[in-house]
Amino acid sequence: MIALLIRDLRQATRAGGGFGLALAFFLIVTVLVPFGVGPESAVLARIAPGVLWVGALLACLLSLDRIFALDFEDGSLDLLATAPIPMEAVVVIKALAHWLVTGVPLTLAAPALGVLLNLPQGGYGWLVLTLALGTPALSMIGTFGAALTVGLKRGGLLLSLLVLPLYVPTLIFGAEALTRGLAGLSNATPLLMLAGITFGVIAILPFAAAAAIRINLR
Amino acid sequence: MSFSISNLACARGGIPVLEGVSFTLEAGQTLLLRGPNGIGKTTLLRTIAGLQPAVHGSFTPGADQIAYAAHADGLKATLTVTENLRFWADVFGCDDIEPALVAFNLTELRTRLAHNLSAGQKRRLGLARLLVTGRPIWALDEPTVSLDQESVGLFATAVAAHCRAGGITLIATHIDLGIEAEALDLTQFRAARTSEDHFDEAFL
Repeated sequence: MIALLIRDLRQATRAGGGFGLALAFFLIVTVLVPFGVGPESAVLARIAPGVLWVGALLACLLSLDRIFALDFEDGSLDLLATAPIPMEAVVVIKALAHWLVTGVPLTLAAPALGVLLNLPQGGYGWLVLTLALGTPALSMIGTFGAALTVGLKRGGLLLSLLVLPLYVPTLIFGAEALTRGLAGLSNATPLLMLAGITFGVIAILPFAAAAAIRINLR
Repeated sequence: MSFSISNLACARGGIPVLEGVSFTLEAGQTLLLRGPNGIGKTTLLRTIAGLQPAVHGSFTPGADQIAYAAHADGLKATLTVTENLRFWADVFGCDDIEPALVAFNLTELRTRLAHNLSAGQKRRLGLARLLVTGRPIWALDEPTVSLDQESVGLFATAVAAHCRAGGITLIATHIDLGIEAEALDLTQFRAARTSEDHFDEAFL
């Protein structure tokens, strides 16, 4: 299992591995938004939490179709299915690798990009905390979506449509926790909900995703 | 160690292709599966490998004793030969990849990226994976496609060594491999095409 994680991370950092893809997309979104809505710092400060969260979510979405499609195309998914690793473990490792390659860099880069959007002081800690809590759910849900669409050629559109509604609760509670934290209100409830979603999907979706892959490989 | 299939039926895309497949292989035996395109050689091998359920019938031992090699080699283009093989060795709990590299003449290519290998070299690397699985039964689907004469010889040697060690090899192929083995023509097991619908498959 560690071998699979190492292989995926190694591949991600090699040429064409898509390591910088999510990060670059996130950067582009946060740089372009101020151009689009104008330079008024009050407006930017107000929309910053939402934009940062939506940007991170879309950046996560960008690399989802690679999770299983590449392995499916070169035949290694078949071989992994016959290997002595349970498919559920393969799914968890794949989601973990995706999170390490997209979620973690996004979370770490978010404060720097928050400056571009004039995110008020005091929000940076909440920004990192909410993203750190929420991005594992994004990777896990995305891995499930990728498992559902694994056998389809050009399944990217279907994957996005499947996954986006499932991302909505994470987005709502993540952005809400950040906004409330900025306003100095108590944000324990949305934070707990966010953590609940993350742990819930990590507990349930590996089984669903593994079942989907087994059916798709038939 | 023996491998036996009894009255196995398998389907591809909901359409039954083979039925009543039965045979037994003893340790050290090699069986060549023959038959025209579409007869179900790949489907049979995928069923044995546990990638799809059998319609009915059974085989022993189960899929966890079988090393499957498909048309695709399962190589990662951006990893080197050693990294690719090391990965599969770790997955299957094998410590030493050196014998596998030697057996398929890959020692000089070990630091080469899989992306830069020729089709035949990729295939050799794909076959080397079999040696690190440590599994007693090999189910191989057209293993010698794009191999040159010399590499086919390496493959035949590897199969012979595997069988001498008490292994069993099933090979679906159209090509003469230079391996002394029984051949089984799957045409005799062709499933009768009925108009009967497989409802449960349709709903999946």
